[in-house]
Parts: sequence; C-alpha cells; structure tokens
Amino acid sequence: MTQAGTERDVNAASASVSPALRFLQVAFVRLGVLPFLLLIAIVVFTLLSDNFLTQRNLLNVARQSTYLIMVSMGQMFALLTGGFDLSVGTTLAITSVVGATAMVAASVAMPDVVPLAIAIGLLAGFAVGLSIGIVNGIGVALLNVSPFMMTLGMASIGFGIALYMTGGVPVYGMPPAFADVFGFGSWLGIPAPVYVTAALILLLYLLVNWTRLGRYFYAVGGNVKAARLSGINTRLTLFTAYVLCGGMASISGLLLTARLETGEANIGASMPLESIAACVIAGVSLRGGVGRVENVVLGALFIGLIQNGMNLARIESYLQTVVIGVLLILAVVADQLRLRYMTGARD
Amino acid sequence: MSAAAAQERGSPAVEGAPLLRLEAITKRFPGVLALDRVDFDLRPGEVHVLFGENGAGKSTLISIAAGALRPDAGRIAIRGKPIQLHSVHHARSLGISAVFQEFSLVPQMTVEENLFLGAEATRSGLLNKRELHRRAEAILARLGFPLRPRQQVGFLARAEQQMVEIAKAFRSELSVLILDEPTASLTERETDQLFRLIEQVKRDGAGVIYITHRISEIRRIGDRITVLRDGRYVATVPADTAEEELVRLMTGRVIEQIFPQIAFSPGRTVLEIEHLSTADRAVSDVSLTVRAGEIVGLGGLVGSGKSEVARACFGLLPLAGGRVTFEGAEVTGASSRQMLERGFFYVPPDRRSEGLVMMRSVRENTTLASLDLAEFSSGPWLKRAAERQAAQRLAERLNLQPPRIEREVDHFSGGNQQKVLLAKSLTREVRLFAFDEPTVGVDVGTRVAIYQFIKELCEGGAAILLISSDLPEILHLTHRVYVMYRGTLRAELTGAAINQETVLGHFFAREAA
Repeated sequence: MTQAGTERDVNAASASVSPALRFLQVAFVRLGVLPFLLLIAIVVFTLLSDNFLTQRNLLNVARQSTYLIMVSMGQMFALLTGGFDLSVGTTLAITSVVGATAMVAASVAMPDVVPLAIAIGLLAGFAVGLSIGIVNGIGVALLNVSPFMMTLGMASIGFGIALYMTGGVPVYGMPPAFADVFGFGSWLGIPAPVYVTAALILLLYLLVNWTRLGRYFYAVGGNVKAARLSGINTRLTLFTAYVLCGGMASISGLLLTARLETGEANIGASMPLESIAACVIAGVSLRGGVGRVENVVLGALFIGLIQNGMNLARIESYLQTVVIGVLLILAVVADQLRLRYMTGARD
Repeated sequence: MSAAAAQERGSPAVEGAPLLRLEAITKRFPGVLALDRVDFDLRPGEVHVLFGENGAGKSTLISIAAGALRPDAGRIAIRGKPIQLHSVHHARSLGISAVFQEFSLVPQMTVEENLFLGAEATRSGLLNKRELHRRAEAILARLGFPLRPRQQVGFLARAEQQMVEIAKAFRSELSVLILDEPTASLTERETDQLFRLIEQVKRDGAGVIYITHRISEIRRIGDRITVLRDGRYVATVPADTAEEELVRLMTGRVIEQIFPQIAFSPGRTVLEIEHLSTADRAVSDVSLTVRAGEIVGLGGLVGSGKSEVARACFGLLPLAGGRVTFEGAEVTGASSRQMLERGFFYVPPDRRSEGLVMMRSVRENTTLASLDLAEFSSGPWLKRAAERQAAQRLAERLNLQPPRIEREVDHFSGGNQQKVLLAKSLTREVRLFAFDEPTVGVDVGTRVAIYQFIKELCEGGAAILLISSDLPEILHLTHRVYVMYRGTLRAELTGAAINQETVLGHFFAREAA
C-alpha cells in the first residue's frame, strides 16, 4: 500500500511538473549522471578544503589523471564493442617492467647515446603492451573466448611474467633524462604527460568520430549481426578494439614508469576497476554501442578529482576505494534509471 | 496492498458494466504524449480489436490495461468498480493477462517452470514439482499446444515460445486476455488453433483485447474495432467495417489499393543460382534466376529454406555445393562485403536483431553499409557532411516520422524503423535487392509505402527477390514465383498460375501424402 502510494506520488509530481524538476529530468536523460556528479564533487570538496579549487591543485589533478584517462580511453574501445578488458592493469605493469629493463640494459650497453637507450626502452615496453592487446584480440575476435575469461586470463599471465622477471623488486637504473622529460618535464607550466594525453585525446576523438573504423566499433558493439550484413569485417573490428586498448594502457604504463623512475610489477592494480568505472560513469554502455571519448575523459578526470579531493580532505586511502566502488554502482543504477526514462519515450 | 484488495472485494460489481473500462487515459513520456484522453471498453465475451498505425499508442494502452504502465491521468474500472493497477502481477491477480510481443520467458528453464514462474505450487515450503507438472500438462492439453512440459524453452521455435507465453495467461482464472499481434510468428495451423482458443475464451465470458494489422484476422475473430491515431481515440466500429474505411480511419487518408500495379520489363539475368546446397542442409539443390526489372517471389512456410537461399548467396551461410552467378561473374562463396560491392543488397527480416543498430542514430544506420564508397569517405576519413545530407535526403524520400536523423533508431516506431532499414539499401548502387519479409509487423500505411518503394525500384530497372510468408504479398506483387518446401524448390509459377490455390498447394505440397 505504502509503496503504491509513493509511486502514485512520484507520478503525480512528475505530471504536475515543477519546471525546475522537469528541466533536471530532461538534462539527466540527455547528459547522463556525470555532470551532476562533477558538480556535486566540486561543491563538496571546495567546502571541505580551501586548497581544492586552486589553479595549482587543478593542474595537479589533470596531471595525476592523465594515466587513468589514457587507460580509460582504451577501455572504452573494448566496452564499445560489447566487451571489456580486465588486463589493462597487467598491461601497465608488464610495460613498465619490460620497458625499464630494456632501457637499463640499453643504457648500460651504450652509455653515450641516452636518447637511443630511452627509445629502445619505450619501444620494447610499448611492443610488449601491444602484444597483450593482440593476444586478447585474437582470443576474443578469432577464437570467440568471452572477453571476461580472455582478459582475466591475460591479467594473470602478464602479472605472473612481470613478477617473475623482476622477482618482485622494482627495476632501477634508467637514465635520469627519461624521468626528467616524460615524468617531470613541463613546458609553459603544463606537465609533459598532459601534452601526450591531450594529443591522444584528439587522435582518438578523430578516430572515433571521423573515421570508418570508429563508426564500425559502434556498429559491431551495437549489433554484430547488422554490422556483418552491412559488409563490415566484424572480427577485424573487434581485434582492433583490443589492440587499441592494449596500446593505450601501454603508453600509460610508460609515462607512469617515467614518473615513478622505476619499473614496477605492481602498478596498475586498480586500473581495471577505475577505467571501467570512468567509462560507465561517463555513460559508456556495458551492452556496447554507446559512448563518447570526451565524456570518458571527463569520467576519468572525475575519478581523479574525487581521489584528489579525498586526499585533501584527509580521507584514508582504504576508504577511498570504498567511495570509488560506491560511485561505480551508483553510476550503473543511474544509467538504468535513464534507460527507463528513455524506453518510456517510445510508443 | 492488502487494504486495497479488501476494498476491492468490499464494493460490489456493477451489473451490466463492461468487463474493463478505460476512460480518458493520458500517458506522457518525456517529450511525447503517447496517449491523449483515450477511451476504451471491453464487454464480456467479445474480441475487441485495437487498430492503428505503429506509434498510434496501442502498445502503451495495453501496457496500461495490463498494469505494466500507470496512466498520468484517467480512470480504470473493472466490472464497474474503479481501480488502480499497481503491477502486472496485480493485474493478473484480477484476471487480466497480457501476451506481449516481447516474451518474458527464461530460456534456460523448462516449459512448466516458465508457466508457473512466480506462482509455483509448494508443499511445506518446497516446490511441489509433481503438481506443477500435472497442471502444466492439463493447461497444455486444454489449449491443444503440442509442447512437452519438460522441454527447455530456449530450444523452442519462436512460435512454440509464443504458445508458452499464451499458456501462462491460462494458469489462473482469466477475465481479460490481451494479445499483441499473436499470429506474427505462427503458421496457418497454429493460428487456427489460437483462434479456436479465443472462441473458447469468449464462451467462458472473458473478453479479449487483440492487436493486429491483418484485416483477415479482424474479420475472423473480431467483434468491435477501436481505431487509434497519434495517441488519440478515433472511433469504435463493428468488425465488418469495410477495409477502405478502416484504413481511412487509421491513416486519416483514403487508400485506393494497397498493392500497386507494377510494369514489369524483365531484362538481362542478374542472379543465377544453380544446384545450390548449404552445409547445414537448409537448402538443397536449388536453382533459380532473377532478372532485372522483375520481382521474383520466393514463397514457402516458415522454415522452408526460402530465407536461407538469399542468405547463402549473400555469404552468410557456408555452401556445400552449387554455383552462384551474379551479373555474369561467378561469385560462389563470396563474402557479404564482396556481394555488396557487386550490387547485391540483402534486407533482413528482423530489423531489431539483424537489420539495425538500435542504439545508434538514423544517420549512422542509413550509411553503415556504404561507408566504403567515395561518396562517404576518403581513405579512413568519413565525410560527415555528405553523410548527413544523404541521410536527410533518404529520410525525406521515405517520409520518416519524425524526420530527425540524429535520433536513435530505437526511439522510432516499428514502421519507421523499417523505413530506415530500406534507406540503408539506397545509399549505394544496387542491382539486386533481396527483401526478406519486408512488411512483418508494420501497419497498412507503411506497408503501402514499402510496396510503392519496391515498385519504384523494379520499374527503375533493379532485380528484386521478394522473400515472404505473406501470401497476398506474393500473389499481388510478383512477376514470377518460386515456392520452397523443406529446403528444396517445389515449383516455379508465372502469370495466371500465381493464384492462391496453386501457391498454397505447393506450400504444403507433399505434407499430406
């Protein structure tokens, strides 16, 4: 009785339309939950800490978020095609370890040509990260392994290899120039990783919105049968999605390695969760076929913002993971709610 | 809830009142007024047909009657007593059961488990499986459905799943049965079975709300028809109202004839199939030709392999033997991509599952099969302005309603989704169109538009293969007809031989023998 009563009240409320509420509802259906979350987060943290809304801190958030932004954009491709990639964390780790090891070896072999040593390290790390994406792609696209099992398996394999290679000890001894440029370098007051990320955002934005391949990701994720009937090579499209995901995680891993100045096997453990959370909060559909690059960037920035704000507010890091989990679930609930409004708009 | 139930029992039924009355029902969705003060009433023992184009509000109205949606305004009364329907479950407890087009079955569960889902018989807290089995058998026997209660639903054909869905309505006392295009996936025989059942329901004093687009069904089982248009009530008329009048009420315009006159001018052979067999045996040893400027019908029962012939030529099914020649070049075993490039376009029957990417825009769907053309891309880059113009042009040509090409396909009505599917085939140069059940689940207005569309293509010199289970469509539109039966070609008919008796005779060919 009470439940029915409240439902009636809700209906009555939405029918009698307070214009402000109506506007909020339409905005929610149009834009999703992210703008609301961002607004709430900014207000709350500004109230909690004086240092939050300062230029210095916001630049800090931007720099800290770059690693997650890159991984999340990669993750988006897997999600667009209706799958996901749980091995992004591992990709980060193995990229870091292999890249650092190769760089150390190269700089020992030829201490005079530092740029070459750095390039060798970068290439080695990128190649191994990319190859994780390639194996994922082969498994998902050609062998029809479910993305869940395939990427979970690869996560275990990659992590195992990274630990085995290093014995669990960080890899030291990279040329200082590497960290100086890619980790701590800045130009016009803006950190180097931010430039790299900005370039990648632009690149992927173009790829997704202005190329055939980009369109095909949506089509394959939205309806693989319709895509096939439209003459699209669905397997190649799926494969490419995972390779892109691996590549993005790999670049992120290299930049993070530069920042940490060591190759580490246990960086990126939180990346699968955080990248999927960033995408979902940004309105990327877990069913595939829906999602926008610019929103994913905002989603990742939002998570960075939350973490930064909680740090400033002296919230314990263990509790922070709780908050991220809660936000993720809230975002999915909001997505469902939105879906209900939207399907209601049909005949 | 319990208080409400008590109240319902408390107030007496009003004598002579209709079984179900919906009064001034209004339902608003964000941005859309789906129903605008619609009236509807259902008497005991009648079949009341809801008639209207896709998007007229029929589905919304029955969803409200079935308790799945709550109206924003208006009154609902059962046997004269005002009532609020809180949920489908609540409606069902009052004897109102609906069979929607989208099934609510659990594929992994058996027929009997699905039948009693949510109303399982228990004995001291545990499932009483023997009792459930007995009751399931009783219901299926009463309805005459050839289903085994312990079959897993996921393995059943669509028609059989629908039987399960209908049987669910009969598990408890029934006073209002709502059927939403129930015959769309049924064969002739299953349809007869269903109609006998409806007769029985009527005799028991229950009422039936029936949605259909088929005039012949209205004639057979309907008593009254309520016509909706654009979310508004238009009229309630007797079931023997002339078809032209119904179409006029529904569309607001007069349609002289549903099927256009087509001037055939058969030219060169475009598609030639010789002794084609597929690896899965759905097609065996089929030979046929399609020429430019003619419409060739491919008829047969559901599952006769008629669809598979086109799919095999379009690179969707692995072949076991035979030759396919297209425009003089052998293309046996070519991929969908290659066939598209050569000018063969296959329009699939199920727009939702195979035809369209539902959550993407009309624009993206329209051009999806043609992004490789220089018109829409150069190298990897899309020409989005050209794409937008093409989509806009086609939306206007096919009269897409509303003409908003950036809107998601999912938010359009079925008929308009079908238009998007057709638009897809117009974005590139096509010499052979294979339409697979092009008018399933669309209203008469859209149907006429689609026939006109096919006519124009044919008279423009295209070759057309029309695959259809809809007999009138085959009879009235085609120049030649092939009839399939269990994977083989049964007959080729031309001219006067294309009549109902001959074609139907081949549909069932040797089944009796």
